[in-house]
Amino acid sequence: MGDIFTTIYNFLLSLLIGLGADQVVADAIITFLAAAVLATCVLLILIFNIWLERKVLGRIQDRIGPNRVGPYGIFQTVADLTKLLTKEIIIPSGADLVPFFLAPILMVASVILVWAVIPFTGKTIGTDVNIGVLYFVAVSSLGIMAVLLAGWSSNNKYALLGAFRAVAMLVSYEVPMILMLLVPVLLSGSMRMGEIAAAQSIWYVFSMPLAAFIFLIAMTAEIGRSPFDLLEAESEIVAGYQTEYSGFAFAMFYAAEWAHAFTMCALVATLFLGGWRGPGAEQYPTLGFIYLAIKIYVVYFFSIWSRGTLPRIRIDHVMSFCWKFLIPLALILIVLTTLVDKIAQILLINRFPNYLSMATPADMLPRAGILLAVNLVVGLVAIGWIALVGRRERRHQTAAEHPASVEAGMATR
Amino acid sequence: MVITPVTIAFFIMAAFTLGGSLGVVTNRNLFHAALYLILALFGAAGLFVLLEAPFLAAVQVLIYVGAISVLIAITIMVTRRIMGVESANRQWPLSALVGLLLAATLGFVIMDRFAGKFPVAGVPDDSLTRLGMALVSYEGMEAYLVPFEVASVLLLAAMIGAIVVARK
Repeated sequence: MGDIFTTIYNFLLSLLIGLGADQVVADAIITFLAAAVLATCVLLILIFNIWLERKVLGRIQDRIGPNRVGPYGIFQTVADLTKLLTKEIIIPSGADLVPFFLAPILMVASVILVWAVIPFTGKTIGTDVNIGVLYFVAVSSLGIMAVLLAGWSSNNKYALLGAFRAVAMLVSYEVPMILMLLVPVLLSGSMRMGEIAAAQSIWYVFSMPLAAFIFLIAMTAEIGRSPFDLLEAESEIVAGYQTEYSGFAFAMFYAAEWAHAFTMCALVATLFLGGWRGPGAEQYPTLGFIYLAIKIYVVYFFSIWSRGTLPRIRIDHVMSFCWKFLIPLALILIVLTTLVDKIAQILLINRFPNYLSMATPADMLPRAGILLAVNLVVGLVAIGWIALVGRRERRHQTAAEHPASVEAGMATR
Repeated sequence: MVITPVTIAFFIMAAFTLGGSLGVVTNRNLFHAALYLILALFGAAGLFVLLEAPFLAAVQVLIYVGAISVLIAITIMVTRRIMGVESANRQWPLSALVGLLLAATLGFVIMDRFAGKFPVAGVPDDSLTRLGMALVSYEGMEAYLVPFEVASVLLLAAMIGAIVVARK
């Protein structure tokens, strides 16, 4: 089992050159082909993901989930998709046509483009640009524009209000997410996705668990899943910015939403779970692809789990949680870890000459241990602070509702 | 002139930039003008990529498309009776003059470039690292620590000012 992607590339190259193509032209054709295949695969895998999510959600909620079409209902999504594609696209009167149809396209593109920088194996990556992480941030900011376009061009007040809410939430949660994107960049010393994955002899989730957790929370908000699923609130803003979309245009928004979730899971797996790394992945790159898939689905399962169990938070709580808790915490974490890391580096470089090396787990251990300690301390203090504030708030509430019970000492919850 | 994929890409990006800019100034519908602005900014990002400056390209998309354009779009949406206003006011001859002067200056610079007065500097492989080092070093030729910090302080002051104004 060698590197399957290199094998395919060599086969295609020899085929095209055999057909009389120039080396440069053949390379260009294969590049376009690979991009098309990658984009299509990301969308095709959604058919499986949607079924998986509905099935797991069903089990979590003590239901069976889809079970009619095919064995275990596995073809349910295909049936749904066919229905969606054959439906009429209703265009609301007064809609601004170009932005109306540009929005779903931009939305899907902003998600699919991210896959260009995700390393599938040690050797296979769409393009290992030296600004990989920044590229992800730039591309995903297109999604926000798409939301605004959709909300504005629909000529519907619910869509516009939904778009405003979505933009406010997405922009806010982008801040802690980008701050936590800094962590792998700082630790690996590179913005290349390939290098970040390769540098994780010890996964960053073990050395920086709090950073990974903050990233996970921000990610859940970015993909709009519960407890942050307020982009679609039937009782307040109907379906949010996509209220007026139907048929294929709606299907594109739907696909973009699911693809976004899957993409963010791939990003977590790459940045914090070591990406393609695993036993034997360096000798057999194809194995790395399988490891990556497993890791992505572990994160994805976590995302489904939180969706199935957590209740929805009120919108003002969502915002204040981000600005008053998550962002300060992320800032404190980054400043403290870099400071401690630097001091430890100066103090320990004599005892551990390989302090900054990322080659083997043994080399990384001292640094990982120190970072882990900082993370644990910051995390415990944050949890303690939350518990304190929460208890004080509850006491105030009880005092306001039942003044007598406080005096009697009954409000000692 | 030799036609390479890079020249084709350059002309496409230049067309995006110029066409988008033209759309911004001629469009009556402000929201459409904002969309054209995004197209023009994308074209500029593409030009940065062709100049082997991917960092600038990514920052261009992130800041101008992801932040400034969203800000412009929201401002348009929350402002009443802003649509369909006359796109030029009485000072348009003055603006045209300034625009022409700017174009002429840029044209002269480009002409000098064609005449070979400025040598073409190659792009170093580690341009990103050197950019980062320049922003944090305070001595030597490429020291931009002080301007960088001054810009940061300026932005911070602007942010605090915006919050203070918004709270009133």
